[in-house]
Amino acid sequence: MNEMIRAEGLVKNYGEVRALDGLDLSVPEGSVLSLLGPNGAGKTTAVRILTTLLPFDEGQATVAGIDVRTNPNDVRSRIGLSGQYAAVDEYLTGFENLYLFGKLYRLGRARARERARELLERFDLVEAGDRPVKTYSGGMRRRLDLAGALVANPSVLFLDEPTTGLDPRGRAEMWDVIREMVRAGTTLLLTTQYLEEADRLADEIVVIDHGRPIARGTADQLKSQIGGERVELVIAAREDLARARETLTFFAVGDIVVDEQSRTLVAPVSGGSGVLTEVLRGFDANSIGVLDVGLRRPTLDDVFLTLTGHAAENGGSEEIELKESA
Amino acid sequence: MAALAWLVADGAAVAQRNLIKIKRVPEVLVFVLLSPIMFVLLFAYVFGGAIDVPGMNYREFLMAGIFAQTVVFGATYTGAGLAEDMQKGIIDRFKSLPMTRPAVLVGRTSADIVYNILSITIMATTGLLVGWRIHTSFWEAAAGFAILLLFSYAFSWVMATVGLLVPSPEVLNNAAFMVIMPLTFISNAFVPADTLPPVLQTFAEWNPVSAVTQAARNLFGNTSALNPPPDVWPMQNAELYTLIWIVVLVAVFAPISVRLYKRASSK
Repeated sequence: MNEMIRAEGLVKNYGEVRALDGLDLSVPEGSVLSLLGPNGAGKTTAVRILTTLLPFDEGQATVAGIDVRTNPNDVRSRIGLSGQYAAVDEYLTGFENLYLFGKLYRLGRARARERARELLERFDLVEAGDRPVKTYSGGMRRRLDLAGALVANPSVLFLDEPTTGLDPRGRAEMWDVIREMVRAGTTLLLTTQYLEEADRLADEIVVIDHGRPIARGTADQLKSQIGGERVELVIAAREDLARARETLTFFAVGDIVVDEQSRTLVAPVSGGSGVLTEVLRGFDANSIGVLDVGLRRPTLDDVFLTLTGHAAENGGSEEIELKESA
Repeated sequence: MAALAWLVADGAAVAQRNLIKIKRVPEVLVFVLLSPIMFVLLFAYVFGGAIDVPGMNYREFLMAGIFAQTVVFGATYTGAGLAEDMQKGIIDRFKSLPMTRPAVLVGRTSADIVYNILSITIMATTGLLVGWRIHTSFWEAAAGFAILLLFSYAFSWVMATVGLLVPSPEVLNNAAFMVIMPLTFISNAFVPADTLPPVLQTFAEWNPVSAVTQAARNLFGNTSALNPPPDVWPMQNAELYTLIWIVVLVAVFAPISVRLYKRASSK
C-alpha cells in the first residue's frame, strides 16, 4: 500500500525550544492517523511542516510521494488543510470564499464556481452560502473552512484540532463529515486533544509529548495499555484518603491516582456500571463519606498519567502562539 | 512567462477579494476619507486665512497637498489589511494553496489602487466645492492624477512591509502615523516650504511628499509666478523626482515584503 504521508526524524527548533524532537510518521493511503497530545506537544508544528507552511531543521518528509522540502508547490496542489482557527475571509460570503480558493487551486472559473456550489450543498451551507461569513456560527465557519480544504479534491487532508472549541453538537456533525470523507478514500492526518475523538476516527494513534512520540498503535492497543473506564470519587474528609485508597484497590485494574487537594481518587476499572455500585457499597461498608462519584472514559490526562507518570502539561511553543493571538 | 501569467491571475483573484471587502464594509472607506475631508475644511476655512501664498488663492495651493496626504494615508489601508490577514488564519490558507507566493501582496496593492481612485475622486469633489480648479489641459490633469496614483501604489508597498512587521492592525495604525505625520507636515503640502526653518526646509525640499505635491500642482496648474518652487533640483524637477521615488520605493519594498511574507506565518 502507498504511503501518503511519511516523516522521518523531523526536528524543529524555535530558538531554544525544541518543538519537534525526532518525529516519525507513516500514513498509508486511505487511512487515518491521529496525533494526540496536549497544547504545545508539537502537533500543530508537525502539521505546519507537512503542509509546507513551516521550514524544518532536520529530517525528511514526503506527502503523496513528493518531497515537502524540495517541491512544496506540488505538495500544495495535492493537500487540503483545515485548522483550529477557521481560515476563511469573514467579509466574503461562503460561496465567495470557496470560489476564491477554487481559482487559487487553479480549477478555472467555471469549475471553481461549480465546486463551490457542490461543497456548500455537501456541508449544509446552501442557505447561508450568499451571506457574509461574519454572520456564521462557529460550527458553520468550521464547516466552511473544511469545505475550503476540500475544494481541489485533495488526496491527503490535514485537520488540525478540527473540533476544538465546538459544542457537542458541532463536534458530532464534524465527526460525521470526517467519517464520510474517509469512507470516500481520503488519507487523513488529524490532530486532537481528545482521546475520544482519536478513538472514534483514527486507524492509528500517535501520542506525542514535547515533540516526541511516546506511544503509538491502534485505538484498541492504546486502550489496552491505558485501561478502560475510570471511577472518579470525591470523598468528604481528607483524613479518610488512605482508607479510601485501600478500599479502591480491590476494584482497580491499574494505578490509583489521588489528589489530596481536591480529595479526588481516580482508578481504572473494568466491568461498567456494576463496578460503580460495588465501589459505593465498599465505601459505605468502611463508612467513608462520598461527595461525588462517577464512571467516565479515559481522557488525555489518563493517557499521559499512564504513559509518562505525569499529567498532560500545557506548554511549549504552540501555547505561546495561542497566547499571542488571544 | 507562465509564472507571470499565474501571478496576474492569482493577484486578480486576491484583488477581487479585497475589493469585495470595500463593498461589504463601506464604513472603513467613509471613516478613512472623513479625515482628509476634515483637513480640507480645516485648512480652507480655519488655518487658510492665516496662510499667505503669494499670487494665488490658498485653496488652489492646498488641494494638491491634500491629494498627496490622502494617498499617503490611503496606504495605511494596505498595511492594516495585510496586518489583519496575518492576524487571522487566512494567510495560512493562502500559503497552503498552490498559488504564486507574491500574489497576496500584488492583489492587495492592486486593489488599493481602486481604493485610492475612490478616495481621490471624493477629495477632488470636495476641492471643487471649496473653490479649487484645474487650469491645465485634460491630459495634463490626467497625468497629475496618474502620478498621484502611482505614488500611492509605491507607498502601498512601503506600508505592506510595515504591515508584515507589526503584530496587529492597531499597531500598524500607530506606526504609520509616526511616519506619515512628519512626511506630510514637514513638506510643502500645507504651507510653502520656504516658510519653514532651514533644517526642516531642506527636509521638505527633498521630501517625496513635497515632490508629488509639487508635481500635482504643476500638472493641475495650481501655481503662480509669484510663488515659484524653491530653487533646488527636486522641486524644479518634481515630476521626474517623484517618478524616481516611485521606482525606488517599489524596487526596494516589493522584494522586502515578498520575503517577509514568505517567512511569515499567522500570529
